[in-house]
Amino acid sequence: MLSSGLTLIFSMMGVLNFAHASFYMLGAYFAYQTGLVFGFWPALFLAPILVGVVGAITERYGLRKVHKFGHVAELLFTFGLAYVIEEVVHLIWGRAPVDYRIPESLNFTLFTLFNTQYPAYRAFMMIISVGMLISLFLVLTKTRIGLIVQASLTHPDMVQALGHNVPRVFMLVFAGGCALAGLAGVLGGNLFITEPGMAFAVGSIVFVVVVVGGMGSLVGAFIASLLIGAIQTFSIGLDLSFIDLMGVLGVVIDSNSSWYAGLSITISQTAPVLPYLLMVLMLIVRPRGLMGTRES
Amino acid sequence: MELGDTMNRHALSLIDVRKRFGQTKIINGVNLEIVAGERHALIGPNGAGKSTLFNLISGRFPVSSGSIALNGSDITNKEPQVINRLGLSRSFQITNIFPKLSVFENLRCSVLWVLGYRYSFLRRISALRDAKESAERTLEMIGLKDRREKMAGELTYAEQRALEIGITIASGANVILLDEPTAGMSRSETDTAVELISRVTEGKTLLMVEHDMGVVFDLADRISVLVYGEVIASGTPAEIRMSKKVQEAYLGTQIDGDEE
Amino acid sequence: MERVFNKSRLILWGSVALVFALLPLLFPGGFALSMLSQLGIAIIFALSYNMLLGQTGLLSFGHAVYFGLGAFMTAHAINFVEEGAFGLPISFMPLVGGLTGLVFSLFLGFVTTRRPGTPFAMISLGIAEMVAASALMFTTFFGGEGGIVTDRTAGGAVWGVSYGPQVQVYYLIAVWCFISMALMFVITRTPLGQIANAVRDNPERTQFIGYNPTRVRWIMMSLAGFFAGIGGALTTINYEIITAESLGLMASGNVVLMAFIGGIGQFWGPIVGAVLVTFLQSALSNFTQAWLLYFGLLFLLIILFSPGGISSLIAMHGPLWRAGMMKRLMPSYVSALCSGGVTLIGIIGVIELLYRGTLLVGVHVAFTWIVAGFLVLVGAFFLRRAIRSVAQAWEDLSPDLAKWS
Repeated sequence: MLSSGLTLIFSMMGVLNFAHASFYMLGAYFAYQTGLVFGFWPALFLAPILVGVVGAITERYGLRKVHKFGHVAELLFTFGLAYVIEEVVHLIWGRAPVDYRIPESLNFTLFTLFNTQYPAYRAFMMIISVGMLISLFLVLTKTRIGLIVQASLTHPDMVQALGHNVPRVFMLVFAGGCALAGLAGVLGGNLFITEPGMAFAVGSIVFVVVVVGGMGSLVGAFIASLLIGAIQTFSIGLDLSFIDLMGVLGVVIDSNSSWYAGLSITISQTAPVLPYLLMVLMLIVRPRGLMGTRES
Repeated sequence: MELGDTMNRHALSLIDVRKRFGQTKIINGVNLEIVAGERHALIGPNGAGKSTLFNLISGRFPVSSGSIALNGSDITNKEPQVINRLGLSRSFQITNIFPKLSVFENLRCSVLWVLGYRYSFLRRISALRDAKESAERTLEMIGLKDRREKMAGELTYAEQRALEIGITIASGANVILLDEPTAGMSRSETDTAVELISRVTEGKTLLMVEHDMGVVFDLADRISVLVYGEVIASGTPAEIRMSKKVQEAYLGTQIDGDEE
Repeated sequence: MERVFNKSRLILWGSVALVFALLPLLFPGGFALSMLSQLGIAIIFALSYNMLLGQTGLLSFGHAVYFGLGAFMTAHAINFVEEGAFGLPISFMPLVGGLTGLVFSLFLGFVTTRRPGTPFAMISLGIAEMVAASALMFTTFFGGEGGIVTDRTAGGAVWGVSYGPQVQVYYLIAVWCFISMALMFVITRTPLGQIANAVRDNPERTQFIGYNPTRVRWIMMSLAGFFAGIGGALTTINYEIITAESLGLMASGNVVLMAFIGGIGQFWGPIVGAVLVTFLQSALSNFTQAWLLYFGLLFLLIILFSPGGISSLIAMHGPLWRAGMMKRLMPSYVSALCSGGVTLIGIIGVIELLYRGTLLVGVHVAFTWIVAGFLVLVGAFFLRRAIRSVAQAWEDLSPDLAKWS
């Protein structure tokens, strides 16, 4: 979901948003705050809208100004923004995690499979994510608004000449992408943890997803996120070390050997590195990414 | 087609070159031979594929099929820099210079590879006398001497076009491709440009795309006409003027004859 | 600008060397010395980063990788020397760091420089993450949470230099900093440096003058990695401890800030940035928790209003200075400074109140809030007018300036 928002902004505007994960974090915090006042359900709608508004302001008063300095300036701007948002969150909500919880009405076990309890909230998340993706896809490809958006991105001058307000379209696209990130934050914030470091934790993995999936491809991002999720889950489950592997091959390493320390790492310990390794491999084998069309 | 020349008399020879973008066929089997030392113009209506053909020859796009040879050696689908090192240099229709370098630096960059300095970081560039002299010569030739220290991005349009040609010829390549060198110029600017082109391509092979028929008939020894991705005629200016096929192609489709 | 070592440039470099030599005499205190050492390292690091961003147009978010790896390798090398595995005077340890940086950037650069622009930025970030994650994995090499500890006096004294006292370390850093600065400057004046600028401006065109832009980027990145590694090695010698933090994303982000705040358009821009950022960081972090926020805001302001950084602001005034027209700008500058100062105080007040807001309640707090808010509003009002008058003053000047030059 997060990566689909990022992909949306990137493919649509050619702007890569480093602060994207920060908007995700804002979503979680806004949901927490509005949730305190109105409860979870209104917050589910309000928080993404608020994030969208913040996104729109960012585009209008920030990005649009740096646009003329080129892509590097845009990238750096969002990079600086990520810093500032994180600090502002520190400022307002403090450094400790806030108590943003899954609503009672969804906090039950949906079903039990192989002794693993499957919580209803996860199912709820899945439904909303898939629903959002499908409606996003439909809006972009089937409606008039989608047509205008796509046309503005490829031929801004022409669309402007036809009487549409192209800068506003850009602003709305950016806001939409941010709102998506915000929604992801609303849903993810209570499942995981809502704290100032959350943007950082999730940010880089989103990037990997986008690179692996191929820049500017929604489908690619979706497949890549599933792939990376699967790899991580599997590798965490495997508690084998390289020494065990070599044992199978008939090689026994003495625990005093200097190689021992390096090889005693289990596959589950390598889990954090695997997505990045996948990304690097992908770049060597297929620089465009899985479904990427956009070059450079 | 004037066949029968030996391969090595040809600066460029294209055999059945084709290019598709998706389902759209842009170049449909072009055969073209450019004799060493001639000035050859490529004309044709808009959308005929002239610029695409340039991009194929200079290695900017890969061909879909067919082969291209430069001075007798195969350059099909080679990388642009490899083709350039073999002695082919091109200009661009849309000005393509180094905007934040000075005019002099633009030209000096263009001779570094040919003079063998490659990626050296062990020599001071200001001590390279041959690079400096070569750049000064080109600077003089394109008439931008008093703009020497100016940033290329700050030049006027006509000056940038001249610099574009300067970058193209600076390395002394013997096959030059110019893509609409006079596009967007006023009459007097065009005259200056024609004079410049004829001077700087002295003794070299020139292939140019041009819409201005005045320029074409002034400069070209031979002309090829490209319509819908095919060469429908090739010959001297007089022959082209007389050709029925060309008249049909131009008058029949009512597309530009004289100026853009 | 024709000759690299003309007279005025020799004088300039000579005075830089002199300043490096004299600084510890002017500021002999312990804090000042460690500050200066830190500055020297930051300067090397920021300049090496600018070889990528400013000269080749490569926006990297993972430059600390080469800095950090160089630092770790140096730490191990020093420990080997201590064990007597081989002998290398500490003075030459930065070469170990540099070569480590070079090897890794040769290897990783080959993968990452295949694509310029945004993809490069993302890939560099991914690689940085990968290395940072590996650092926590391979605890033997990276020492886990605690890092690797060394002893810089390991090799014993050579010619009476033991690197026990901080001042000796400072001079080591100063010498290497000077050498690196000079080398990096010279590289900008070589065929490679020139072509790197061309690649930055217009990579496609370089192909049609015979160059392979990917190769140019790769070489530049390797060289930048080399110098970053030297910086890393000096860090190890300076602190005698190195942790995985030094190659993490924060460190990489920091060098982006330095280079950009200082300005990537001038060779000396990153030096300004390195000095300013390092100095402010250690100064501000003593006073306020919000120093990162101030940095972020400063960074955003610079991107929005002066994308060339501080150095380009300074450079912009060069011709005016020579033409003797500076005084015509002064009135508008003074008013901008005053109103800007008021706004700044107001903003700082608001931010600090927010930070402490949970602790303080009472009438005087409310009063402070009102004062701070008032300052922001009034300051902003006058600042807008002042900015307009600055722009006007510049406009008035430009015809005269054009005539003068």
